[in-house]
Amino acid sequence: MSEILVIYEIRDHKIKKVSFEATSAAVQLAKQNKATVSALLIDSQIGNLRSEPEKYGAEKVYVVESSELAKPSPDVLARIITSIVKEVGATHLFMGATSLGKDIMPRVAYHLDSGLVQDITGLKINNGEVTYIRPIIAGKLICEVSLQSEYQLVTTRPNIFKSEMQQGKAEIIQLSPEIPASRVVVEDTIIASAGKLDVTEADIIVSGGRGMQSPDNWHLIEDLAEVVGAATGASRAVVDAGWRDHGEQVGQTGKTVSPNLYIACGISGAIQHQAGMASSKYIVAINKDPEAPIFKLADYGIVGDVMEILPSLTEALKQMVKE
Amino acid sequence: MNIAVCIKEVPDTESRPKIHDNGKEINRENIKWIVNPYDEIAVEEALQLTEKQGGEVTIISLGPKEVETTIRAALAMGAHKAIRIDSSKIPDDPLVTAKALTKVLESRNFDLIFFGKQAIDNDHAQVPQMVAEAIGLPCATVVVKLEIDGQNARAEREIEGGKEILKFNLPAVVSAQKGLNEPRYRSLKGIMMAKKIMIEELSVDLAQPKYTVQKFNYPPQKQPGRIIGDGTTAVPELVRLLREEAKVI
Repeated sequence: MSEILVIYEIRDHKIKKVSFEATSAAVQLAKQNKATVSALLIDSQIGNLRSEPEKYGAEKVYVVESSELAKPSPDVLARIITSIVKEVGATHLFMGATSLGKDIMPRVAYHLDSGLVQDITGLKINNGEVTYIRPIIAGKLICEVSLQSEYQLVTTRPNIFKSEMQQGKAEIIQLSPEIPASRVVVEDTIIASAGKLDVTEADIIVSGGRGMQSPDNWHLIEDLAEVVGAATGASRAVVDAGWRDHGEQVGQTGKTVSPNLYIACGISGAIQHQAGMASSKYIVAINKDPEAPIFKLADYGIVGDVMEILPSLTEALKQMVKE
Repeated sequence: MNIAVCIKEVPDTESRPKIHDNGKEINRENIKWIVNPYDEIAVEEALQLTEKQGGEVTIISLGPKEVETTIRAALAMGAHKAIRIDSSKIPDDPLVTAKALTKVLESRNFDLIFFGKQAIDNDHAQVPQMVAEAIGLPCATVVVKLEIDGQNARAEREIEGGKEILKFNLPAVVSAQKGLNEPRYRSLKGIMMAKKIMIEELSVDLAQPKYTVQKFNYPPQKQPGRIIGDGTTAVPELVRLLREEAKVI
């Protein structure tokens, strides 16, 4: 029987939500392919986190715990994962398509001489053959891919697969692989402002464009984001103008996002922007130009001055939260 | 410093690619092909380093004769040499590309090998890391700041909501992210100079692909949106719809 190994991502001793989503995607494949799902946790201190993967259907949890792994470099992680895959005999590897997952999985794929599909948004199974679905050209097209290799590797796009709780108890297995010498030292990790959500991980995004007129007006975006617990995004135009940091840019040369709700404020909706956000579940557009292309995508549009509408919307939502 | 920059031609960001009749690739007609924007950032970084510290920048691309247009576009920024690894088409499988590039890169003792963080057509973000592992080099991906001092490198890479600081020694592989620099405009002189540079052509045996495209589809069309009103008077209705219909807040 084949085994699907889900590589968990732990940051600050917390499991990333996308790891549970990847587990649910693996369970979906396992059910149809008579496979089992296992989880791999690597950190300096794992503690109770080892009992999390079973809640999402993992039957085995491999634990690698070592003080040497406090700040592991991607090349070290990739080589540890490669050796574990060979040791436990897994056939499929799943991981979240985060900055870490997307960095290390190609390395593992190289060492296993196998194919990797990054950023999948779905999978189909026909007679045991798996087809992976992934957007390409920032979502302008959707590509169906199959892998012809000893191992099959995928990363799952955050916020796409629903993490589903399962009944079950996992066997916990301690592993002590050799920790190779690192080629890169991870000196520091700087999180811009603690608690601030990244656009790729947020359920709601409030995004601003040139219609905001000036970076001084960004508090209007931030106020609304705070009320609804959203991340803040930006269009390419305002990032290029230096109003906002590139980390916030949504679009083809920025982040591709798929939140439940995307609120586009003063964004006209150029093709390259649409490519990054069109897969959002609900889109709200606020723009003074009724002909702006963003209105063709928006589930709900308001024509008008974003400077007046944003404070009014923030106030209305504040009232709602109070009630 | 001896620097390589691996580049790829991609459709312009404003294009709407159409699917070819074979269902597995995009129609090349009516597409403006450009140097992948992240690769341009990589070229710029390489040029700035050689301008400060001396050395040469070699542009490397894998593909048919047609990709020489984008190779020349990269040369026009001021790069010194170029290599085209001949292939009847650009491979779909990043592992095939990585292995072919490795064969060329390994033998030439580059101090730094630059890539864009991903090509904006296939969005793989795989080749730089694979090449680094194949040669056994340190690798920093999605880099927004790079400092080189002799053999020591310090890179800032973008992560969710912040940055990670990496330190390593050269030779190394670096993949460039927007924010690292602002790529220069091509001067007329640069464009003229680029025309005179001989592009070295190499052929390598390509590995058997393990990643196969079965089919391209268009994304599902969204239902045309509706405008619920003008100005602040529409706000209460928007809040009601978000709460009761969409149930997202």
